[in-house]
Amino acid sequence: MTQLSPKLEALATGIESKLGSSLTRHDSSPGELTYIVSPDELVAVATTLRDDEAFRFEMLMDVCGVDYLSYGRAEWDSDSATNTGFSRGVHRGQESEIEDPDTKYSPPNRFASVYHLLSIEHNHRLRIKCFCTDNERPMVDSVVSIWSSAEWYEREAFDLFGIVYVGNPDLRRILTDYGFIGHPFRKDFPLIGNVEMRYDPGKGRVVYEPVSIEPRTLVPKTIRDDNRYDPDLKDKTDA
Amino acid sequence: MPEIQNFTLNFGPQHPAAHGVLRLVLEMDGEVIQKADPHIGLLHRATEKLAESKPFNQTIGYMDRLDYVSMMCNEHGYVMAIEKLLGITPPLRAQYIRVLFDEITRILNHLMWLGAHGLDVGAMTMFLFCFREREDLMDCYEAVSGTRMHATYYRPGGVYRDLPETMPKYQPSKHRNESDLKRLNEDRSGSLLDFIESFTERFPGCVDEYETLLTDNRIWKQRTVNIGVVTPERAKQLGFSGPMLRGSGIAWDLRKKQPYEVYSELDFDIPVGATGDCYDRYLVRVEEMRQSNHIVKQCVDWLRANPGPVVLDDRKLSPPSRIEMKDDMESLIHHFKLFTEGYCVPEGESYAAVEHPKGEFGVYLVSDGANKPYRVKVRAPGFAHLSAMNEMVEGHMLADVVAVIGTQDIVFGEIDR
Repeated sequence: MTQLSPKLEALATGIESKLGSSLTRHDSSPGELTYIVSPDELVAVATTLRDDEAFRFEMLMDVCGVDYLSYGRAEWDSDSATNTGFSRGVHRGQESEIEDPDTKYSPPNRFASVYHLLSIEHNHRLRIKCFCTDNERPMVDSVVSIWSSAEWYEREAFDLFGIVYVGNPDLRRILTDYGFIGHPFRKDFPLIGNVEMRYDPGKGRVVYEPVSIEPRTLVPKTIRDDNRYDPDLKDKTDA
Repeated sequence: MPEIQNFTLNFGPQHPAAHGVLRLVLEMDGEVIQKADPHIGLLHRATEKLAESKPFNQTIGYMDRLDYVSMMCNEHGYVMAIEKLLGITPPLRAQYIRVLFDEITRILNHLMWLGAHGLDVGAMTMFLFCFREREDLMDCYEAVSGTRMHATYYRPGGVYRDLPETMPKYQPSKHRNESDLKRLNEDRSGSLLDFIESFTERFPGCVDEYETLLTDNRIWKQRTVNIGVVTPERAKQLGFSGPMLRGSGIAWDLRKKQPYEVYSELDFDIPVGATGDCYDRYLVRVEEMRQSNHIVKQCVDWLRANPGPVVLDDRKLSPPSRIEMKDDMESLIHHFKLFTEGYCVPEGESYAAVEHPKGEFGVYLVSDGANKPYRVKVRAPGFAHLSAMNEMVEGHMLADVVAVIGTQDIVFGEIDR
């Protein structure tokens, strides 16, 4: 990954010396600083990041959920060919055959809540990731008391991923329909949805029915071992 | 005599002043708002989920449809997030073209905002005036990309094609006489850059025209001064960005503070408000139009003098020319692979933010090394602004809700995503 700018490197040193015990550096983003924090310590860490003179992250730009269920799993494996060529089929309703995903990063839990912080005073950015310990009932403490802007962002992550933000004063659904069932951005929620609606002239109202369309995959998800962008190999000519 | 109680009023979702599909549930005491509860999501299309099922390039078109009055700026955020992960920088000419069109888009957006805001508050003429200039800018979109709105023009590694040498012209029809046709086509005889240049010369006069109608207008001031005041501290707490933040007196603009593309090379100023009310935000946006016009001018001058490539010469990312494809086997394969499977983006995550006309438009991209994004999260500026609606309208009259919706520059395409 690319080097951090000297300014971010200084920030990283400051954060690690002050909060080192509760944070783990996550080296995944080119030129950006990411830390993983445990859910128990999120509120304490966030308060320090906002109030400490050296950090001053007075703005929370974004909160979003990420579902790591199928991370690093390709839908289509082209390593083995049959007599008739490569298979085009995408297997549905089951996990891909690739047992051990070949990625550099394997997430510890299924759901993560990701926070993007911005300091206007010092002009730097920071990303914090918080993995929910329970995969069945993901829960994480709310940061509304620290940044007011978190309220709607947490409602959105709750609506789309089902992550419960403990302490959010108004944790209602926000983007989906009134009376919607399920959390649509989870990886096991089908893209075409579960229900469709139409106006029923006989009943004189709108009715919900199970979806009638078939899911299609026009382009299978493929992971290629592509080292063209590897900084160690870039701009090197073969001897 | 019965005791008078608060009553609940439903505003929208099909109210002309609701700027689309905003449904507001207002709790009122007489005509004074006690509490406003915006219900959003009526335009939710799950863009981010759709993006997870498509190769990277096929989502660029969806970005146009987020904030559908500032199309190319949305593309810019998305394309920049991909470029960050790929570790590529587009050629200099492409960067200038992007800045040129970002600023044209900013003028487009602010004209739409000014027209709609004026119309909501009662200045009907504004709408007509603003749409007159918007028409010319949409013609620029059309000339460069083929469509007037949803351009899909930015690509990772540059832009789709170079600026055209000719402008589309008005055709004779029974609705237009000879002299009209001549007048309409007068600016269109040269290249796109000529057309834009003549626009930039004309436009400051147009802004003066808008200002004579509004800036000192007694009714306009009565409707906007001291309405929806946000202090700098609250603006930061509420996650405001763009003109909403600058209106409250914080000089924060990503183009200056975290410059991307070639903004550090260009000369422009950042207008800042003093009191943080609707009138200040109006002044800020009007000045931004003048500044954008100034940036467009500088870009035009640079682009005239510096021809060059507009997209990276990397066959894994950008398609070969049609001619190459006809007689080069490898080009044909590249073309086929690029348009079926797409390209794989290295594993990692990135957040790219651009100074969108409405504020900070950020795209958080998680890639697991596949040809499709693993997760795309769009940080829409309007989402944070609308969440502050309750705070901004509390204690104001019902009619002021319309002024606050106007000043927030709400577009539901980006809020509902």
